[in-house]
Amino acid sequence: MTDPSSDTHSSLAEAAQPHSQVAVFDGSQPLAMTAGVSLSPFTIAYQTYGELNADKSNAILLCHALTGDQHVANRHPLTGKPGWWSALVGPGRPFDTEKFFIICSNVLGGCMGTTGPASIDPTTGRPYGLTLPMVTIADMVRAQAMLIDRLGIDTLFCVAGGSMGGMQVLQWAALYPERVFSAMPIATAARHSSQNIAFHEVGRQAVMADPDWRGGRYSDQGVRPAKGLAVARMAAHITYLSDEALQRKFGRKLQDRAEPTFSFDADFQIENYLRYQGSTFVDRFDANSYLYVTRACDYFDLAGDYGGSLARAFSGAKSRFCVVSFTSDWLYTTAESRAIVHALNAGGAPVSFVEIETDKGHDAFLLEEPDFVATTRGFLRGAARARGLSEKGSA
Amino acid sequence: MIMSQSGGEMPQTALTRIDLLLVASMVEHGARVLDVGCGDGELLRLLADTRNVDARGVEISQKGVNHCVAKGLSVVQGDADVDLADYPDDGFDYVILSQTLQATRNPRKVLEQMMRIGKRAIVSFPNFGHWRIRWQLGVRGRMPITENLSYAWYETPNIHLCTIKDFVNLVGVVDARILRAVAMNSSGAQIRVNAPWWAWNLFGEQGVFLLERQTKD
Repeated sequence: MTDPSSDTHSSLAEAAQPHSQVAVFDGSQPLAMTAGVSLSPFTIAYQTYGELNADKSNAILLCHALTGDQHVANRHPLTGKPGWWSALVGPGRPFDTEKFFIICSNVLGGCMGTTGPASIDPTTGRPYGLTLPMVTIADMVRAQAMLIDRLGIDTLFCVAGGSMGGMQVLQWAALYPERVFSAMPIATAARHSSQNIAFHEVGRQAVMADPDWRGGRYSDQGVRPAKGLAVARMAAHITYLSDEALQRKFGRKLQDRAEPTFSFDADFQIENYLRYQGSTFVDRFDANSYLYVTRACDYFDLAGDYGGSLARAFSGAKSRFCVVSFTSDWLYTTAESRAIVHALNAGGAPVSFVEIETDKGHDAFLLEEPDFVATTRGFLRGAARARGLSEKGSA
Repeated sequence: MIMSQSGGEMPQTALTRIDLLLVASMVEHGARVLDVGCGDGELLRLLADTRNVDARGVEISQKGVNHCVAKGLSVVQGDADVDLADYPDDGFDYVILSQTLQATRNPRKVLEQMMRIGKRAIVSFPNFGHWRIRWQLGVRGRMPITENLSYAWYETPNIHLCTIKDFVNLVGVVDARILRAVAMNSSGAQIRVNAPWWAWNLFGEQGVFLLERQTKD
């Protein structure tokens, strides 16, 4: 595990000074939060790719997942790795940066420059920690809408995202139906299931059980709950993969040894892999932020906000939808996607639904799955035609 | 269970093309249409391009759905026997079942769902009463194989074949009314309208029916 003293809390450094553009919303533009309070001032860190056309009709908002960020298609400033959706975003890719203006912002509650628990509370001069009001998916989306306003864009050509990003897509369609021309909720659900909440709670309890968490005030005290956060990541990572994929990749193979040591060392490759995933995660993510974003997912229940009827949530939806699920995704199953499709059908929205055959589990949405790439490309092409976007992108 | 004959790869015969054009001609301009078992979306594309309809589809094969979505059509992966139940009443002006009825598990339920979802239904199907089929079964004593029913009995997805007369009977069972009926011979020519049902049943290779719900009064 990384020694916390060996770096300068790089994830917290990004929270204060991100390698991104920022939009600051001062006292004149508070964010009305679901928790009943208003947040002001607040900041959104975001990346853009490509160019906005003259009539501002080619903008796409990509919504990132739980521990993703705005670095969708550029080298990550902390890890040096390619952006999380490089498989789908770039020149000639389905989300074609030569054709579309692509925006991705760090979510509210995140730790990559948008206001979150690691950001400084201007009233105290210290990080918010747990004093930041609880953030919901709707809060994330309302903040994004303010960014889109700031960029002078009225209607987004498409809002797309997977997992928690998909929840934001659904929330966009419910809150701002007239501002969403097309929508791609991928590998997601309209509500967090009991099992989903249960896994998140395990992660949060791992963080909180770390003595260095200090009730969330760890950064004031120059420590951080790296061990707890790493365990949280390890547990979560299992849910992103399928049993089949784990078996294929690791099986019962031993790590750099011919025989088991009959100890608690990481004898098995899968153990070594999970430990590595945990240790690299803590270098780029803030523990309190993890608590906030997991909680935001748990509170997500779109039907609940509309009298228990998901169809009512989408009653005003005019957007073209493409709902995508993956066969081996047991975290957000095809049944959850079908429930979304059912509700959209009930509202009469034009909806496509594809279940992609893959053994890669929930993470499949981040990968270059040929059928998924083809579906995305086809859907966007059809939507672009309907929107009157020419091949070059300028309408 | 199977919705298009082979998941977006329906054998393209001259007759299937004529069938599509005939089905399309029964749809009013600008209507809301659901094509059940839409395969690779050929009929939907035709309807969208020539009749300016709001076209939606249901298709069981992922390959078929991918083809459709790639053409910009709104198509949901689903099973006619199961997933039509998810659609609200009167959501469409027309629900189309083209060359798919014989591959469903429960044709009666599927037709009932269609009449619930749409104001009108269009059904096209191969007529198992055609003389060539009767010849193969009656005289040669073999399960028929024709250009449009090209599978051997042991691997055919077509599990609920019927004759034109059988279908007319089913229309009564589900309380629907025939607005228009067309039978085509093997070269795609329509059988004379004033020909008796028995002639349709013997010489029609395909039946195409436009149905409407019986108004209850």
